[in-house]
Amino acid sequence: MAAVSVYIPTPFRKMTGNRQKVSAEGTDVGEVLTNLDKQFPGFRALVFGSGTDVPAHINIYVNKQEISSLQGVLTKVNDGDEVAVIPALAGGSGDEPGSNGTAPKKHIGALTGEQVNRYSRHIIMPQVGPSGQRKIMESSILIIGAGGLGSPIAVYLALAGIGKIGIVDFDTVDISNLQRQILHQNDDLGKHKADSAKETINAYNPDVEVITHKMPITSDNALEIISGYDYVVNGADNFAARYLVNDTCFFLKKPLIDGSILLFDGQVTVYLPDQGCYRCLYPAPPPPGMVPSCAEAGVLGALCGTVGTIQATEVLKLILGVGDSLHGRLLLYDALAMEFRQVRIRKDPNCVLCGPNPTVTALIDYDAWCGGAFGDHNEEQQKAVDAAKALKA
Amino acid sequence: MASIRIPMPLRKLTNDIDVVNSEAATLAEAVDKLETEFPGIKERIVDEQGEIRRFVNIYVNGEDVRFLDNIKTALKPGDEVSIVPAVAGGM
Repeated sequence: MAAVSVYIPTPFRKMTGNRQKVSAEGTDVGEVLTNLDKQFPGFRALVFGSGTDVPAHINIYVNKQEISSLQGVLTKVNDGDEVAVIPALAGGSGDEPGSNGTAPKKHIGALTGEQVNRYSRHIIMPQVGPSGQRKIMESSILIIGAGGLGSPIAVYLALAGIGKIGIVDFDTVDISNLQRQILHQNDDLGKHKADSAKETINAYNPDVEVITHKMPITSDNALEIISGYDYVVNGADNFAARYLVNDTCFFLKKPLIDGSILLFDGQVTVYLPDQGCYRCLYPAPPPPGMVPSCAEAGVLGALCGTVGTIQATEVLKLILGVGDSLHGRLLLYDALAMEFRQVRIRKDPNCVLCGPNPTVTALIDYDAWCGGAFGDHNEEQQKAVDAAKALKA
Repeated sequence: MASIRIPMPLRKLTNDIDVVNSEAATLAEAVDKLETEFPGIKERIVDEQGEIRRFVNIYVNGEDVRFLDNIKTALKPGDEVSIVPAVAGGM
């Protein structure tokens, strides 16, 4: 058993009470790391993430020699040796087209020093660690709607360092949006919401690649748009878009993180591929006028924050592969009573989309099916769809 | 006595009462009793044939009644009934 001194770089010094050098014991590097984890619980998870190998962005040196050129973690140490644990401070990232029609994956080589600092509150969590942070940075998320729900979703996912965020919204910023839509401010009035969202996201975190889809999502473009992302988060404001997004996610096997709001009430759940869908929960939309929209009935601004933030939380948990998602459960939030309740969602064996005998086998005309006249912007949306079609023709 | 939770959009019809207690033995009976007390609420929950509307879910103790006995689901004292209509808002 040798006694060595270990150099601790700044990002990891929180674990060691800010000490730059600590003593540790062991016969090889692996044992030294185990001993460090015993002295500073959580150290191993911080450096290694959930894996057992030294991650690619961490170099370990014994007397200034990198251990991968020696015997790795089995490298022997002697009394008085100096061990250093150094996270890489530079690295590239680039896009590479994915195969089989999957979303192109961002490859995050190594976290830069700035990134290690920026995400340090995540990285020090054992459930995240450097490898979890890299997973976040390699992920792509599509957000339907840059409005009440889309705002907190986009902001928190941007802060977390999601690699690519797509925003679908054809609308422009109106002053009545500013009561709740924290992506937009007074200066943004009249701008495309997607552009305003991109500016806000990049003001928070310039690392995030933002793709704007300034068009209504329709049966003509939904497959193409959604296929470019790993996860879809729903902040749509009408039933036609909700069924369209659900069906497209089902066909493309994309996880859908769903949320909706009205007045003081919120509903949130997660649909995982082949494990039930929105049509299992609500087989058909209400006839026009039966359920009011937010524009007709109103919505408490802060409610958007609660529901959208839960959606963002579920996205991050899915990416990290931690915890129990809301899959199979519908979370009901009653802000007036200040109560959260849950009910069970079962995969419906008679589901026309995901059941064994489906009758919906391709995207349909959702506006017609939903009886038109839905949502805050349906008329404007229809105009925009018509305009887009006219441009194409 | 079962307790029935009224969703926000239907509370206009219940004078803002959020929980209604019911002695009904079945869900169908509970809906009829609600209608007597709060005229107009029934048609928001069930269709002309008395079946639960497809954009409304009713849960008894957290379980969707479509996987129990639908509108004929039996109620017993202490049951918690939730009426949850689809909501589309997001903007």
